[in-house]
Amino acid sequence: MRVEGKAVVYGDNIDTDVIIPGRYLVLQEPSELAKHAMEGVDPNFPQKAREGVIIVAGRNFGCGSSREEAPVALKHANTKCVIAESFARIFYRNAINIGLPILEASLRDKVSEGDLLSVDLVSGIIENKTRGIKIQAKPLPPLAIEIISAGGLTRYVRKKLGLE
Amino acid sequence: MRAGRRGIERLNIVEKILARASGEKEVSPGQIIDAKVDKAMMHDLTGPRVIDSFREIGVKRVWDPERIIVVFDHDVPPSTIKAAELQKKVRNFVREQGIKYFYDIGRGGVCHVVMLEKGHVKPGELIVGADSHTVTYGALGAFATGVGATDMAAVLATGSIWLRVPETLKFEVSGKLQKRVYAKDLILHIIGMIGAEGANYKAMLFSGQTIRDLGIDGRATICNMSIEAGAKVGIIEPDEKTIKYVKERTGEPITPIRSDEDAEFTKVYEIDASRLEPQVAIPPSVDNVKPVSEVGGIEIQQGFIGTCTNGRLDDLRAAAEILKGRRVKDGVRLVIIPGSQEVYDHALKEGLIEIFIKAGAIVCGPGCGPCIGISRGVLADDEVCISSANRNFVGRMGSPKSKVYLASPATVAASAIKGKITDPREVD
Repeated sequence: MRVEGKAVVYGDNIDTDVIIPGRYLVLQEPSELAKHAMEGVDPNFPQKAREGVIIVAGRNFGCGSSREEAPVALKHANTKCVIAESFARIFYRNAINIGLPILEASLRDKVSEGDLLSVDLVSGIIENKTRGIKIQAKPLPPLAIEIISAGGLTRYVRKKLGLE
Repeated sequence: MRAGRRGIERLNIVEKILARASGEKEVSPGQIIDAKVDKAMMHDLTGPRVIDSFREIGVKRVWDPERIIVVFDHDVPPSTIKAAELQKKVRNFVREQGIKYFYDIGRGGVCHVVMLEKGHVKPGELIVGADSHTVTYGALGAFATGVGATDMAAVLATGSIWLRVPETLKFEVSGKLQKRVYAKDLILHIIGMIGAEGANYKAMLFSGQTIRDLGIDGRATICNMSIEAGAKVGIIEPDEKTIKYVKERTGEPITPIRSDEDAEFTKVYEIDASRLEPQVAIPPSVDNVKPVSEVGGIEIQQGFIGTCTNGRLDDLRAAAEILKGRRVKDGVRLVIIPGSQEVYDHALKEGLIEIFIKAGAIVCGPGCGPCIGISRGVLADDEVCISSANRNFVGRMGSPKSKVYLASPATVAASAIKGKITDPREVD
């Protein structure tokens, strides 16, 4: 599984309230949520992401609320992958469960806004095509890969229960 | 650091609960387990997505309708037609599935207040909730953690969840809290000390004489905010206060679990609380914490007292002590929201509500209120609010250009009467 996109760079502690503010949570449609993705820190994000982007961030990405709308909004805004130094635990689970690829790696000084990145989700190798360098991300745990390969948690549970 | 293989007698409370829930003799940090859930909780805002995912899984019935609790609190009564429609959807699901415990509008209050006071939390249980502040239930010695909607749907379908056994950080707190310094100040101080990611993926165990001296309301405040340091659970070993509280609320048998003697912890922090000042978390992060003496003087337009963090009876009492016979300053609005119908009822009987009304505060019916930034006190551009809630992120309570400072109910009350952030000890 390989994804490609231009990098959009953010700092540490990007919380779920800036990823998708609480007042939009009544919007259940993923495409509606996507219009407000990252509104708290970067209202232009939905435009930037139109062609497909990879979010590069610092520590503790997705901290705060348990709202699954956060990874859903990012995914449907056309975020191909989020690479952060670390993720808050609920966001980490939610992203895997709904099929938003995420990887842990420190890309400080290795990626700038707009760099073209190509990511192999299984091996965790990140290629910065603009700079011609490769970075190894921390591989996803086996269970996460199992859930992603099944097509998300609902499909994973369906298989486990013998429903497909 | 942990050394080699450990004997079963050396597990801490977190490991013992997870071992019980997963049917293992012992578990250790890092291990992935499949655990049986004792209770599952969801509310009006996360419920609709849980239901969609549950339908997608395709199971006809929930695993156990007597172990599921549904509470409406985030947007109550609904402020928009859309919210009303979503609540109708959840109500229909509750009926369809025969879910036993449903707290509709006017019957419960803030989910994390209701779960404790209605006897849905017992020591030693594994509880998951579709809300990050589910960690509150650690106040009664339960392992309780927040999950997203799809995780919750899988729990409703199967009654089990995969969990990574967390490392445990122990916070040993000693010393008597000064007058007008509360559990809220202590937990803000701890979050400031370890940072917003200081306990990510880990458990926080709070112990020591200071914690034992706290009532259940204060303990709930402490565990509630453990998520703001990233924690998977915040927990306090059950004692006689815990057992008394739970026995008053449920007739079900109680089997408390406590850490073994010589249990191991990844790290132990020792904290002297005796010299702690009232604390304030400065926007836009919860770990940007300073003593009130360094923040005083900042002008405010709104004060807010309530929420799953500080909307309980002891919190309202602390606010009333300061507001009694005083007036909220002109140009400031003070929003007070009791955490539940039960809290509201007690506050009425004790005369607290009258004190609030006479002080010029507006008292709203139980629910999350402006904390979630949907209704009943959202902020305009450039407005400043001091709040007893748990998050001060950009746009959390309304405009992305507004600011939210976090403090204890007493500090909020003192600030509301002065019109600026004020040390509650300066008010006689």
